[in-house]
Amino acid sequence: MCCNCEDHNVSLTEEQCVMIDKILSEYNNYQVNLISILQKVQEKLNYIPKKGIEYLSEKTKISESKIFGVVTFYSQFRMAPVGENLILLCQGTACHVNGSKKIEETIKDCLNIDIGETTDDNLFTFTNVACLGCCSLAPVMMIKDTTYGHLTPEKTRNILQSIREKV
Amino acid sequence: MRIKVGASSCGIAAGADKIIEKLKVNYPKIDVSITGCIGLCFLEPIVDIYDENDQLFRHVNVNLDEVDQMIENYDSSKRLITNTDQDVINQQTRIVTENYGHINPESISDYLNVGGYKAIKKCIHEYTPEEVIDEIKRSGLRGRGGAGFPTWFKWNAALQSKGKKKYIVCNADEGDPGAFMDRSVLEGDPHKLIEGMMIAGFAMAADEGIVYVRAEYPLAIKRLQKAIDDAMEQNILGENIFGMKGYDFNIRIKAGAGAFVCGEETALIASLEGNRGMPKLKPPYPAQKGFLNLPTNINNVETLANVPWIFNNGADQFASYGTENSKGTKLFALTGKIRKGGLVEIPMGVTLRDVIFGLGGGIKNDKAFKGVQMGGPSGGCLPKELLDLPIDYESITKTGAIIGSGGMVVMDESNCMVNMAKFFLEFTCDESCGKCTYCRVGNKRMLEILERITEGKGKLSDIDLLKELATKTIEGSLCGLGMTAPNPILTTLKYFEDEYLDHINEHHCASGTCKALMQYVIDAEKCIGCTACSKVCPVDAIEGKVKENHVIIQEQCIKCGNCYETCKFDAIYMD
Repeated sequence: MCCNCEDHNVSLTEEQCVMIDKILSEYNNYQVNLISILQKVQEKLNYIPKKGIEYLSEKTKISESKIFGVVTFYSQFRMAPVGENLILLCQGTACHVNGSKKIEETIKDCLNIDIGETTDDNLFTFTNVACLGCCSLAPVMMIKDTTYGHLTPEKTRNILQSIREKV
Repeated sequence: MRIKVGASSCGIAAGADKIIEKLKVNYPKIDVSITGCIGLCFLEPIVDIYDENDQLFRHVNVNLDEVDQMIENYDSSKRLITNTDQDVINQQTRIVTENYGHINPESISDYLNVGGYKAIKKCIHEYTPEEVIDEIKRSGLRGRGGAGFPTWFKWNAALQSKGKKKYIVCNADEGDPGAFMDRSVLEGDPHKLIEGMMIAGFAMAADEGIVYVRAEYPLAIKRLQKAIDDAMEQNILGENIFGMKGYDFNIRIKAGAGAFVCGEETALIASLEGNRGMPKLKPPYPAQKGFLNLPTNINNVETLANVPWIFNNGADQFASYGTENSKGTKLFALTGKIRKGGLVEIPMGVTLRDVIFGLGGGIKNDKAFKGVQMGGPSGGCLPKELLDLPIDYESITKTGAIIGSGGMVVMDESNCMVNMAKFFLEFTCDESCGKCTYCRVGNKRMLEILERITEGKGKLSDIDLLKELATKTIEGSLCGLGMTAPNPILTTLKYFEDEYLDHINEHHCASGTCKALMQYVIDAEKCIGCTACSKVCPVDAIEGKVKENHVIIQEQCIKCGNCYETCKFDAIYMD
């Protein structure tokens, strides 16, 4: 979880504020539902912007530090936007035993980015996840709801290449 | 003819959804439906074809291109399951998984047709809450989430506790990497969980249930939500259930946001309340002061999914399975270097050997068995000397591992045990909430020591230091995460100390996993000079002319392994 410093001073658009207002209108107890609210905000805005936390705090009367604390605690939340294709590489035990480290290196090498980073063309963001639960297909990665199993470095390179070619 | 396709997350990942689509388009007259996890993950995608006489023809590893041939020759297709593979299912004792492969998890009528929701009706008509708890006590059911605490005790504590409202919470935050038992229940038989929660709710006089599901399980959330909606529609959930005035029970889902520590009861409650998921000191226990300070009982998915069966078949029947102190069955996710990976349900007391070499078919690619990790990051690695150990709470705990939620990751000779311990420590360091100093800093220091050892910079005194830190971390942590985090280190030290010594004294990793301790070398006798390796080397560290021997320049090599993967002549080896 790394903040995107350039983004911190970008104000929310009016449209984004309306979106957040609409999400908040679905709840009557903001504190108990804070995580659900943040999940919906991220779903709509792609990430949780710094100004979004300020706005939420103003509307819900929950302190900014409290919201920031929740956002940074849970791995699902991110404070920087992700690229078009979010690569979730499973780092579960079964995948580890079956060589996920090598797949991680292949992806880094192929896209020239580190974990948590996005490619310059905004096409890929690479993150590790805890177990995806498809252990019998290990090693596994998920890109846009599609799960790819039994990965080898070569297969991984081909998958990334084919996504790139589609664009 | 009717067809059922195994469509849980891993079935879909293996291509089940495309097969369903094709079947529906090509054969609009055939009834094609889905079923949950069949348990034979290594054979996915699986298509069950029932003929006019309702005889089952199970097709495995089905290819999308072969769908038409499969339908045409359904009784003689080359994809029919072998008897030995079918035996993997037949040899299990199926209580939680009794409906897997039979019912459509998205259809409430399927569940009702196999006797669903009869157990809760029986409870509310024939039992008092105390009698329900007595029955659970007699069955010997213990929590399946990790600690193995007697279920009746928790229910009773919640029943005795006074509050204007009570909650039953289902812990479906299955965070152990390498475990998917709870996902299989949510995706394969969600109504069973709902019924189990209703019975628990009745026993402790709670009228609201919350299922805390991890966000990484989108399909599980979708199917459980549909099950809840369908049950609401049929007045199985909601108000005045079954037409009984004043009997209300509602269930809602809360999606987690990715934090392993939230599997711990008090952390889970903090998360439900919209806070950082940090554990609290017990007492007060959740049964006294839980969600919103009201009496709350938390049970794991598998625990609750056992409950309807107990009332349908009797506590004595349940208690007839298992050992003296560990009754019933347990689900295990069998993964890693295993030939027949999948989900198995066995009576407690079966040996590790029976599971790994019997149901699991032994080790992949005929390699040698080295160890099995039980209980995820909180558990431990057990060696081959303990293969004849019966699987029950007490026996496994004695070894230093735990049954845990039921992950069983098998390792072979190519896995390094020091590296495995490091892997789990990386995980716990990442997931520690940071509240307790020993968990926050102690784990980090232990990880640094393990990193040092795997890089060949370890000292002999590191072993004592690891043991000391491990003991202090267990003593100095508030919750289960910190108290069990050193288990992988302690068990690998106990059973595989020679590997640690090999790394420290000889700077040698026998499995070739620890890269700092090995190098890639080209065998001059096998190399034919095809140049394939030098082409894939990202740092141009391989020299050699066409049809001449190639050599790796060790100073330049970054040990990426590309050449090793590429060589078709097995001319590159790890030294």
